[in-house]
Amino acid sequence: MIFEKFKRRPAATGLRGSQVRKYTRSRVGNFFYVCFLLLFGAFSVLPLVYSIATSFKPLDELLLFPPRFFVQRPTAQNYLALPGLLSNLRVPLLRYLFNSFFVTIVSCILYVLAATLAAFVLAKSPIKGKKPAFLLVQYALLFNGTTLSVPLYLIYSRLGLIDTYWVLILPNVASAMGVFLMKQYMEDAIPDALLEAARIDGAGPQRVFWQIVFPIVKPCVLTLTMFGFSQAWAATGGNTVFNETLKTLPTVMSQITAGGIARSGSAMAVTVILMIPPITVYLITQSNIVESMSSAGIKE
Amino acid sequence: MKQRHTASSVGIKRRENLQYYLMAAPFLLAFFVFTLLPILQSVALSFFDYDMVSMPDFAGLKNYVRMFVDDDVFGIVVKNTIIFAVAVGPAGFLLSFVLAWFINEFRPTVRAILSFLFYCPSLIGNAYFVWQVAFSNDSYGYVNSLLLSIGLISEPINWFKDAHYVMPILIMIQLWQSMGVSFLANISGLQNVNGELYEAGAIDGVRNRWQELWYITLPSMKNMLLFSAVMSIANSFSVSAVAVTLAGYPSVGHAVDTIVSHISDLGTVRFEMGYASALSVFLFLLMVAVRWLINRVLQQVGR
Repeated sequence: MIFEKFKRRPAATGLRGSQVRKYTRSRVGNFFYVCFLLLFGAFSVLPLVYSIATSFKPLDELLLFPPRFFVQRPTAQNYLALPGLLSNLRVPLLRYLFNSFFVTIVSCILYVLAATLAAFVLAKSPIKGKKPAFLLVQYALLFNGTTLSVPLYLIYSRLGLIDTYWVLILPNVASAMGVFLMKQYMEDAIPDALLEAARIDGAGPQRVFWQIVFPIVKPCVLTLTMFGFSQAWAATGGNTVFNETLKTLPTVMSQITAGGIARSGSAMAVTVILMIPPITVYLITQSNIVESMSSAGIKE
Repeated sequence: MKQRHTASSVGIKRRENLQYYLMAAPFLLAFFVFTLLPILQSVALSFFDYDMVSMPDFAGLKNYVRMFVDDDVFGIVVKNTIIFAVAVGPAGFLLSFVLAWFINEFRPTVRAILSFLFYCPSLIGNAYFVWQVAFSNDSYGYVNSLLLSIGLISEPINWFKDAHYVMPILIMIQLWQSMGVSFLANISGLQNVNGELYEAGAIDGVRNRWQELWYITLPSMKNMLLFSAVMSIANSFSVSAVAVTLAGYPSVGHAVDTIVSHISDLGTVRFEMGYASALSVFLFLLMVAVRWLINRVLQQVGR
């Protein structure tokens, strides 16, 4: 039962095994508590269930009245129709697939590395100018991006980035969110005394970062990896990529949805397929968070 | 020992500082070129007339004056933006903390499953299409067909085109979507709280979980809370894409038009980039004011 494990994990909280939590709750309290969580969970998972159910609906069920949420007679025809629908693409599907994975993985790695390194400097270094730099990063998050597309386009074209992979990658690296998240995490998680001790032992900034800071912030690195991945995965390049051979998978999606209601089943099938990579990355990073959290006990 | 604090020590210091600058450089460079520079250009454009074809024409404060004297919808979009921000911001922030706090007590597997469920709406980009189906205007919509079949209504309601319903529905959808970045940030923040503090707290007379939350948990993750607060401000003041997709622009009686929807309309349909930029600056200042207020509130945590 869930209830029996209904206490804090000793490893993550630093409690020794023998010290059990003192505060308990009534059974009725626990019951409502779990009910609330399950209800909210059901409410949240709705779109996922709906998308998957719909992708297996035959045409007549898509047009059914009154509509049914779940599929009655599941069929794979929406999925089987995809190769036919995709065979007349101007560029082979494999190329879109490559583009998507290439762009996503490269920008994800660069994003996380750049953000973590910069956050370390902003949070824990003695250098001048880090305070104003961090203020700029924070306040940039509050500026709405809608009016930035024109200035951005001008910058891209001035730098010769239009119609290259870089225009899909570099904007991700510039995102202020990751540095902000990572810096706040470091402030809470890394005691200054620990870094001071390492410095006295003669470790330079690079060593302090890789051997002390990075292992501690690993959970946050994984979370950031997940954000970076799903952000880059969904990016279309908008008005900056015109060369069909450089476009990513979401463009294929729009070509299929253009077919109206008859293709709505296939469109849903593509949606489901496109969901798989981000969900996989989410599950991997989350399970690793759990793992590395319980092993990281460096707290002074 | 004191004498060694001279030439070589200064040299080491300088070399270390150089290393720090190099470590921060990749991000700062990208941030400057692709984030800061466009923002500065946009701010500059707010003082110009710019139709995106001819050269910008200096207009002084004209764009800023226009908001208040010569824009019929400005008052409405500001009002709607603030309604969304007040309804979605604090509630979304609290929800993302409370849920993270709740599931933090489960064992890892259960926690991973629950956090996956809650995070689903954010994981599936534009997942709000499911609400479009649910609240579809004809009797095929799930909500309409349900209400029809139990006899609560006699004819289908055009949910997104009815000024009475569209705002509450969109607030609900926004809240449903608010388990995003801040939620995951709160989870990792909570797991970071040093367990020894809880022991010390118990000895110092912390009696129940609410006291524990207020005196130990929250103060230990103040920085994370600031992060989620800032993200909540940014999100709740920028409601637009969902509203425009589901209710259109302009929506019925401008019921759910926001500042950002107005900005996109001006920028992409009417080509009034100067005025759109001025509105962006206005929105930015609004958020900065709220950010300042929230900082004051967060300083009270744990007192």
